[in-house]
Amino acid sequence: MSTVSPQAPGDFWEVEPHHHHEGASTSIGFWVYLMSDCLMFAILFATFGVLGGSYAAGPGPKDLFDLELVALNTAFLLLSSITYGLAMLAMVKNNKGGTLGWLAVTLVFGLAFLAVELYEFSHLIHLGAGPQRSAFLSSFFALVGTHGLHVAFGCLWLVTLMIQVGQRGLIPANRRRLSCLSMFWHFLDVIWIGVFTFVYLLGMI
Amino acid sequence: MPSIQAEGDKHHAERRAEAHGDHHEDSHDHGSVRSYMTGFVLSVVLTAIPFAVVMGGGFESRLLTAAVVVGLAVVQILVHMVYFLHMNTRSDEGWTMMALIFTVVILVIVLAGSLWVMYHMNTNMMPQMDHEALGLGS
Amino acid sequence: MAISADDIQTTFLLGRLDWHAIPQDPIVWATFVVVAIGGVAMLWMLHKYRLWSWLWTEWFTSVDHKKIGIMYIVLALVMFVRGFADAIMMRLQQAIAFNGSEGYLNAHHYDQVFSAHGVIMIFFVAMPFVTGLMNYVVPLQIGARDVSFPFLNNFSFWMTVGGAVLTMMSLFVGEFAQTGWLAFPPLSGLGYSPYVGVDYYIWGLQVAGVGTTLSGINLLVTIIKMRAPGMTMMRMPIFTWTALCTNILIVASFPVLTATLVLLTLDRYVGTNFFTNDLGGNAMMYVNLIWIWGHPEVYILILPLFGVYSEVVATFTGKRLFGYTSMVYATVCITILSYLVWLHHFFTMGSGASVNSFFGITTMIISVPTGAKIFNWLFTMYRSRIRFELPMMWTIAFMLTFVIGGMTGVLLAVPPADFVLHNSLFLVAHFHNVIIGGVLFGLFAAVYYWWPKAFGFRLDPWWGKVSFWFWVVGFWTAFAPLYILGLMGVTRRMRVFDDPSLQIWFIIAAFGAVLIAIGIAAMFIQFGVSIMRRDRLRDETGDPWDGRTLEWATSSPPPAYNFALTPVSHGLDTWWDMKRYGQTRPRATYVPIHMPRNTGAGVVIAGFATICGFALVWYIWWLAVLSFAGVVAASILHTFNYARDYHIPAEEVRATEDARDRQLASAGV
Repeated sequence: MSTVSPQAPGDFWEVEPHHHHEGASTSIGFWVYLMSDCLMFAILFATFGVLGGSYAAGPGPKDLFDLELVALNTAFLLLSSITYGLAMLAMVKNNKGGTLGWLAVTLVFGLAFLAVELYEFSHLIHLGAGPQRSAFLSSFFALVGTHGLHVAFGCLWLVTLMIQVGQRGLIPANRRRLSCLSMFWHFLDVIWIGVFTFVYLLGMI
Repeated sequence: MPSIQAEGDKHHAERRAEAHGDHHEDSHDHGSVRSYMTGFVLSVVLTAIPFAVVMGGGFESRLLTAAVVVGLAVVQILVHMVYFLHMNTRSDEGWTMMALIFTVVILVIVLAGSLWVMYHMNTNMMPQMDHEALGLGS
Repeated sequence: MAISADDIQTTFLLGRLDWHAIPQDPIVWATFVVVAIGGVAMLWMLHKYRLWSWLWTEWFTSVDHKKIGIMYIVLALVMFVRGFADAIMMRLQQAIAFNGSEGYLNAHHYDQVFSAHGVIMIFFVAMPFVTGLMNYVVPLQIGARDVSFPFLNNFSFWMTVGGAVLTMMSLFVGEFAQTGWLAFPPLSGLGYSPYVGVDYYIWGLQVAGVGTTLSGINLLVTIIKMRAPGMTMMRMPIFTWTALCTNILIVASFPVLTATLVLLTLDRYVGTNFFTNDLGGNAMMYVNLIWIWGHPEVYILILPLFGVYSEVVATFTGKRLFGYTSMVYATVCITILSYLVWLHHFFTMGSGASVNSFFGITTMIISVPTGAKIFNWLFTMYRSRIRFELPMMWTIAFMLTFVIGGMTGVLLAVPPADFVLHNSLFLVAHFHNVIIGGVLFGLFAAVYYWWPKAFGFRLDPWWGKVSFWFWVVGFWTAFAPLYILGLMGVTRRMRVFDDPSLQIWFIIAAFGAVLIAIGIAAMFIQFGVSIMRRDRLRDETGDPWDGRTLEWATSSPPPAYNFALTPVSHGLDTWWDMKRYGQTRPRATYVPIHMPRNTGAGVVIAGFATICGFALVWYIWWLAVLSFAGVVAASILHTFNYARDYHIPAEEVRATEDARDRQLASAGV
């Protein structure tokens, strides 16, 4: 093995120290997680697609849905997306106060969305149209509820991050986390487009 | 082979450059006020139209209404992808886009496949439930 | 006996956990006594030799991918013993339950045994084994120091353990599912499975599933982002390629399982109607969904082993792998196609001619890239000087066995043939033929191949050969009769038989299982013997097989940081090139190496998740809420810990590398 061989194509070892910069994998890693989450929603959409017409002689979308409420909720989520974007822009400018402020606004919209959704759910259950009533309602609650659960966790995460940014400022680790939550938040908005289109609007046509 | 060799060495050089901090530390695109606002306005419009159409009673043909609503949703998803999620073919050497494309392919297979398979199952095995097999078709 | 719902009172404190939970079965009691004695003996040993803190600091809290990989494989081996015990119980039952005999297992127990066997072998043997292997080997093969997210890796492992613990617990507390390994409703619904069996199944798989998904993301990103400089995609070792595709499949299919099981959970816990017989529910949808996960799962299991066989064949023939590029494309094709064949698992459910033809054809198409791989291995071996070491022997056994399993699979892919063979023992023989002949033989090849890397000494070849021959002969003795019985129309999962003429085949199959048992025993003896004789089996070079890929470029076992200097790739088979150009040992001024710090957070969070699963199984709602809050709180607290890394000082690196120099000099390299 020690015989010196013909011309090597180049050095086989990096003699200079090699730095993988910290957290280089985080954003792609989180994106891959979102893709897997997306497939979980795909299953819930598929279930709604298959069972969404099985009313079991119970109420259907036209008996239950209130599009004005859905429009309001859509507006909340859309506004929260843009305010999160503004928080990110403040972060890029190293403006800690601005970041925290816009995050707080985002949180308010997120909570408002959840409040409206909870009102809608309790209203439906009150009408006797709970998730047990028919396969249509089971799949409706599963899909919309899973999205809502994601928003709730997003809010919890948002609060955590606000505390961490408050404590340590916009250090690289916190910036990475803010970017991840940004992806998560916008991703939930994309899922919501699917929800209001396929569940609410198509149901009301 | 020489081309692969060259490509590998280029790749190597890039890695080095990255390692030595020539790239910006945080190479991600965070957009600008302008791009966010463009996205926001487009989203508002693309949300408002389908809601208005459906709440106003829809077109003559239900199929046309459905097509418009779904079409606008697809456009809006693209708008969100570009302006809010900053999708492009460059970040992480294209892997982000690759992951997205793969996911969309699987998503289409799962959705279309399930609907197709279950439609047939319901038709063949539960003929009395035919009318509720697909919410859309009725 | 099965417990009827009326017997069970639900209390606030313990939910439905009461004395009924203790199984009324001498076989289970005897097992419990054996397990308890073994467990106490082990705890006593740990205490006596003061190994607790070593175990905790060096292993349980470790974020080192190598240690986590080894822990995964230990878990898989432990669960393998349990899964095999189930198998031999079934073989014995079926061999004696003739001529009016009920055998020795009642229906309630027998149904649990076959369900647990499938669940354990797939989720807690094959999956952790494969994950452990990828964890150990992939970072070394790509010249990385660890995976992308070391903490997540540790957490994923402990979630897998949590799932395994829940599944094992069902043996002594309550019962396991009696539904078969995929728990089809309505049988798995509350109406037909009112007690805890299916709930154990659900929560065991959900807890473990989180771990699997996260570890899939982790390894996928590791391969994308952490490759050594110069290692382009088409220069990656083939095992890394198959690991990449496997992890893509994991990330893109386990969410499907999670979602499907959530819907089943809602049916059981909330009273929804997804898969019920009433109010619009549709049980066929569950079968559809679970197989959308289930078929990619098959390829999750087999693809990494295709990678192992490729590495083994190239190494032991001393040649570059024939058709590397075609191997890569075949792997990628299988990855995509594996999403287009799921319906072949339920041709007989009645989807009709057009659907069945489509899925029959896609199933036949997917065998083409697999066939291409077989030819690549054959062409690599053609006119080479093959060294018949144990990994190569298992590879040859695989090729002979798997080809037959694959061909019976193509038979089943023809819908009309499937209508005859569906749910028969022919199917059982087929999938054991591909899973044992493909996955398990590959795992054994991998263990023999990489053991010297992980521990610094080889495994004793004599006991290895004993194990090999008992296994291979035992496999065919056990499963050839099932093909015959299946063709005669015997269905699977039967407990007693009426036709006495069938008995002889079941006796032969049981004899085969005994041969396999001897093979397994020989393998464990081999581990023991090799550890005792490790000084004679020692490998100082770090490259005992004259390997080709980067994991052989470092010492055996590798230091915590894997490589003191970063390797650079200039083509396929980087280590082979290094040896060819005489560039095996670089010298440099060492610098401190940046490493992730160990943490107990993974154990804690996974512990809470496991408790939560247990509480949900038994309807102990207060505990479920508390432990779930524990999961969330511990996760959040963990994010407040920003000091997650440390540096190995340069002196320590130098000392380690100097010791390595002396070792190599003494080995005469």
